Amino acid sequence: MLDIRGLAASIADKPILNGIDLVVPDGEVHAVMGPNGAGKSTLGYVLSGREDYLVTAGTATFGGADLLAMEPEQRAAAGVFLAFQAPVELPGVNNANFLRTALNAIRRAHGEPELDAVQFLKLARAESKRLSMPEDMLKRNVNVGFSGGEKKRNEVLQMAILRPKLAILDETDSGLDIDALKIVADGVNALRGPAFSALVITHHQRLLDYLVPNRVHVLLNGRIVRSGGPDLARDLEKSGYAELIAEAA
Amino acid sequence: MAAVTETLDTVQSVTQSGYKWGFETKIEMDFAPKGLNEDIIRLISARKEEPAWMLDWRLKAYAAWLKMEEPDWARVDHPPIDYQDLHYYAAPKKKPGPKSLDEVDPELLKMYEKLGIPLKERAILAGVDPDTVENTQIAVDAVFDSVSVATTFQATLRKAGVIFCPISEAVREHPDLVRQYIGTVVPVADNYFAALNSAVFTDGSFVFIPKGVRCPMELSTYFRINARNTGQFERTLIIAEAGSHVSYLEGCTAPQRDENQLHAAVVELVAMDDARIKYSTVQNWYPGDANGKGGIYNFVTKRGACRGARSQISWTQVETGSAITWKYPSCVLLGEDSVGEFYSVAVTNNHQQADTGTKMIHIGKGSRSTIIAKGISAGQSSNTYRGLVRMLPGATNARNFTQCDSLLIGDRCGAHTVPYIESRNPTAKVEHEATTSKLADDQLFYCRQRGLSEEDAVSLLVNGFCKDVLKQLPMEFAVEAQKLLAVSLEGSVG
Repeated sequence: MLDIRGLAASIADKPILNGIDLVVPDGEVHAVMGPNGAGKSTLGYVLSGREDYLVTAGTATFGGADLLAMEPEQRAAAGVFLAFQAPVELPGVNNANFLRTALNAIRRAHGEPELDAVQFLKLARAESKRLSMPEDMLKRNVNVGFSGGEKKRNEVLQMAILRPKLAILDETDSGLDIDALKIVADGVNALRGPAFSALVITHHQRLLDYLVPNRVHVLLNGRIVRSGGPDLARDLEKSGYAELIAEAA
Repeated sequence: MAAVTETLDTVQSVTQSGYKWGFETKIEMDFAPKGLNEDIIRLISARKEEPAWMLDWRLKAYAAWLKMEEPDWARVDHPPIDYQDLHYYAAPKKKPGPKSLDEVDPELLKMYEKLGIPLKERAILAGVDPDTVENTQIAVDAVFDSVSVATTFQATLRKAGVIFCPISEAVREHPDLVRQYIGTVVPVADNYFAALNSAVFTDGSFVFIPKGVRCPMELSTYFRINARNTGQFERTLIIAEAGSHVSYLEGCTAPQRDENQLHAAVVELVAMDDARIKYSTVQNWYPGDANGKGGIYNFVTKRGACRGARSQISWTQVETGSAITWKYPSCVLLGEDSVGEFYSVAVTNNHQQADTGTKMIHIGKGSRSTIIAKGISAGQSSNTYRGLVRMLPGATNARNFTQCDSLLIGDRCGAHTVPYIESRNPTAKVEHEATTSKLADDQLFYCRQRGLSEEDAVSLLVNGFCKDVLKQLPMEFAVEAQKLLAVSLEGSVG
């Protein structure tokens, strides 16, 4: 389980997170909503270990281990997966090769045998098919020349293959049409189970119609200002954040 | 086990980290005294049992060299080289040929093992009868310091009419061929280092592919600089007669040492009508330590002449080693519709300096050339691409495409691109594209978030950057090259 207490972080001396308390138990999907600039993406980056951010206070543990003390690749090996809001292009790096290298790095960290090219391709093809993704996506260079929708689907494919324990989806729904949105939701739903939890960072209620969360949290000015059930997301969709912003001011 | 697999395994095991080739073989050496003068040249020539014309040729080169000055136009910086403080000849002491591996100097075998040469080839290299060893697809002419210790696969090659032997042997056994071609592509007084090489070259390879013959195997040479303070002056000559094909691999490693060692090689290629020569190099000589102490000075002249119509010469190089690299494998495109290619990856880290590129001289009608150069700089290194594309008046409808990409890792290194373009024919077309990029933090973070260590991430990204060049290498070399890239860039981030 993910346990965040009093987490504060800044970038270039500018405070972004101002004391976050959040617990995501195993097997649950939590949504984090909020207006632009509330610190949603920062939360994802701090949890996954991006170096530009400085943690100034608080703790975050994952399965009891001190998440903030780990290198990004150690967090990945521990089961933390960040689906990027803007997936990065890696020119000349073949998608299948990239994924296999990543999967084998994680398997190595767990003391599991590595997959050879044949075993991996079998797995990758099966997952592509399940997610209705064209197989040629595996042959292309990582995210290079991908449309916005393809990039997001590629993130979901990576998640399906790497099988994280905690998936952080950073506005994976932005810019997606309804079909792509369903694919993303299906991808996460397929992983749902007692050993999987997710933090779904989103702007809109739309994704949550397909990916129903156990809890919804509203982030404002680097703090969680309200938490509730799935209804909270629907209420926000109607009333917007104005009321909460007014309350906070 | 197949030789290739064995090579791959060995390469993998020896390229895990650091410079693993820094060992010195304790074999009795036969030295000429330090210094350079006519007597030393006469000694070299005598030791090689050369005919008089070869000695005259050397002495002419020496006379020319004495009048020349070391070039200073390259973007490299080093203390003056004392040419009188070097040994110009060193050869392992000869013993009668061994009957089996048990009779071979174990030190020599150990060195081959460290070099990653498969066992069967090691046996052949050490002089064990090749017919008793199962056939594989690569012939190796190992240059152990200045004397080729052994040459392999002679029988198979002889059947095809191919000559592949140490150049000193060629001077004795095929004097007319050598005399006809040597110095015709790189003249003795072409440049300072070529003149020096012409005067004192001690060994190297000679390849002759007769008319219409496709060489039945890849020809491979492992060069090594072994004795302390011995300059290595290789000379290689490859002649491909009309319609013939040959692929030649050159791999280099040198033991680790404090003094800077001089290496000034000359390679000449001649391709007649419809002939093809593919010349691949993986160079990982000792680059010096992290503080810039030691390392090889690599001043090399490589040039190919496409003399025949539709002839083709292709240079592929992966340069990760040497403290200083000064090297411009070039093509003189004389033949109508002849083709020149240059694919290069040059990596510099720590205090390495590389000034490397190519020259494409278009003389023939419809001649074409392609240049793909990838420069990677890390640490406090300096990496310069220097290229010349020259279209002469007769080069009607000639074409060139050049792409130069530089990748910077960190913020203390330098990348420079110096393209010279001269066109004296209005129908000739020259295209030049260049990019400079920095290994981005977000790319590294993306890889690490997926579980890759920082070093694996750098290796993956760098190999992606170099893909267009690496895919030109023969398979076993490509694997070695990928590993080398990773090793050379270790510790360059963070």
